[in-house]
Amino acid sequence: MAAADTAAPMLLFTDIDEPGLATREVYERRGGYESLRRALAMSPEDVLAQLEASGLRGRGGAGFAMGKKVSFLPKGAMDKYLVCNADESEPGTFKDRELMQKSPHMLVEGIVIASYAAGATRSFIYIRGEYVLQADALDAALAEAREAGYVGDDILGSGHSLTLVVHRGAGAYICGEETGLLDSLEGKRGNPRLKPPFPANQGLYQGPTLINNVETLATVPAIIRMGGEEYAKLGVETSTGTKLVSVSGHVQRPGNYEIELGIPSREIVYGLAGGPPEGRGVKCWFPGGSSSPVLTADDLDLPYDFDTLAKAGSMLGSGAIIVVDDATPILDVAMKTAKFYRHESCGKCTPCREGTNWTVKMLERIDAGEATPMDLEIMASVQEHIIGNCLCVLGDAMAMPIGSMIAKFKDELEAHMERARLRRGSGDRIASDSALAAQGALANDPRTMLGATGAGDQAPGAHEGAPGTHRGGA
Amino acid sequence: MSPLGWDTAADLEKPPAEIPSPGEVDVPEGLRAEIEAHMANYPDRRSAALPALAAAQREHGWCSPQAIAQVAAVMRVTPAYLESVASFYDMLETEPVGRHSVYVCTNISCSLRGADALLADFQRAVDGDPEVNVRAFECLGACDIAPMASVDGVYVGPLSSQDIPALLDDVRAGRAVLPERQLARRLVADPHANSTEFPQHPAQGAAHGGANLELPTEDPATARGRREPR
Repeated sequence: MAAADTAAPMLLFTDIDEPGLATREVYERRGGYESLRRALAMSPEDVLAQLEASGLRGRGGAGFAMGKKVSFLPKGAMDKYLVCNADESEPGTFKDRELMQKSPHMLVEGIVIASYAAGATRSFIYIRGEYVLQADALDAALAEAREAGYVGDDILGSGHSLTLVVHRGAGAYICGEETGLLDSLEGKRGNPRLKPPFPANQGLYQGPTLINNVETLATVPAIIRMGGEEYAKLGVETSTGTKLVSVSGHVQRPGNYEIELGIPSREIVYGLAGGPPEGRGVKCWFPGGSSSPVLTADDLDLPYDFDTLAKAGSMLGSGAIIVVDDATPILDVAMKTAKFYRHESCGKCTPCREGTNWTVKMLERIDAGEATPMDLEIMASVQEHIIGNCLCVLGDAMAMPIGSMIAKFKDELEAHMERARLRRGSGDRIASDSALAAQGALANDPRTMLGATGAGDQAPGAHEGAPGTHRGGA
Repeated sequence: MSPLGWDTAADLEKPPAEIPSPGEVDVPEGLRAEIEAHMANYPDRRSAALPALAAAQREHGWCSPQAIAQVAAVMRVTPAYLESVASFYDMLETEPVGRHSVYVCTNISCSLRGADALLADFQRAVDGDPEVNVRAFECLGACDIAPMASVDGVYVGPLSSQDIPALLDDVRAGRAVLPERQLARRLVADPHANSTEFPQHPAQGAAHGGANLELPTEDPATARGRREPR
């Protein structure tokens, strides 16, 4: 389980900390833009064939085969667009940030190659507005790339032309959803669109549009360099290549790590990230951002790849592992998750807008001691009614993890409910834990669960989690 | 902070504002040039709405009616259209706020490391200073340095409540904020530069008392007030 066992081949993070890697000079010295030259010497069809052979699956969350996505674009002379989704807002995810900040030329190179394969002549990088440093790095890299003729008209004499614009968002999770992103890029509120038509047919400005995540596009130069088949040898059969994982939460060494897909999850959580601190265990972990159903410590030996995690009832998502240790009440985690999606729901579809709101209200009811065990069933049914009933998957992204928490931690939630009810029922709301313990209410519990929730939530109507509202004061 | 028409009645009798005529609205030259440069980047000028509003907000401090009118005059769109956009996005302010922004991330990863207490301490420390806009923010994408904040767009972390006075001093003096804690300086290959408070020294953690498994980063003040640790 030592970190040395996981010496993955580094494709994206090779010398990532080298000073000046963000400049063209250093990037070229390390072989940068060689893949672009090689790709432009091939026909677009051959480049596409390499991408398909690589088996590269989208790194943004859905895990759709990248080559196939490119091939969905109609052929022929028309305005086609390539949009790089750099609106990295999935809680727990911070891999694209690192790539754009430290190796922006790799992304630019990947975009130019992908646009060549797709026949796109206009491209945009939609980066979340909070990433100021990263957007500045991209702008600087882009200026250098334009100067060197890697972006612009007739790139390196190939006849392929491409404009590339860095577009800064303004803070909205929903703009990471591909059609919400397109609306936002068109200058509107970021509301998702009805699909079909899919963006490959009718996307940005109603034109055929290829949308890919930063990491997906940044992998393209490596695929061209190695050859698609060689790349496909990395990882496991249906999850090829390397993946950046962002590990955070209750681990001793949070951070970004490049792994080969298919290694045991335990090697990531414990081997690379150091696991929870001494004396603590893993209660649950989100394997792919806060939208993925939680897994428990028993699942840590699962290989970390797309299909295994899907089979286990969760998903690899964006590759963001959030570890929650066994001293944290699951209700706190559920509350944070639900409040996030309530805040970020765009409000277009009723099941999501109302479902996220009601889920938060019911969780607050549990915490306030006003719930009955039936409420858990109602809450689970609310989740079921969200899934699959909206234009986009934002609602599902709350319903899936909340549903998994209700299913896997039912006993704990019921105990939490009961304890909160007793506290409330004891007449005053400041009954101490010791008094409750004397009544036997805390018997099964390692420590009090009436802990940190929700202080300072920004959503309208949020309760202030300060002491004295419904939980104990001094 | 609800939009008009939510808690407060909207004036339905009022005729809708039209696209302001360029002659009627004074637009600062720099702002006009910036908006026009953004518009030139896109096949459809409306795509420039977000960067244009962001530019106007930098100029005016928030998306004030005047700021909206200026953008509308340059972009040739109605103010209502721009307001619909401005009210959707978290970073565009539709009410006057302080010039300096402190976004404290309170999403899952940060809150597991005590972000809620950090935010509460920030709000206490700012205590109504109209120049500093402290607010909770959803995941800022820097869970490796949790708990963290984005201070005027600069990511700093990991933060503890002890850092707040120095941080606010830097903000008010217009200096670089806690330079040694800025994300920009962090190396990928040095995970120890990330969130540290978490028992990086297990021995020390044990010395605190084996029975008490309280995390050092977790919020002693508000969240577990009745315990009075330390």
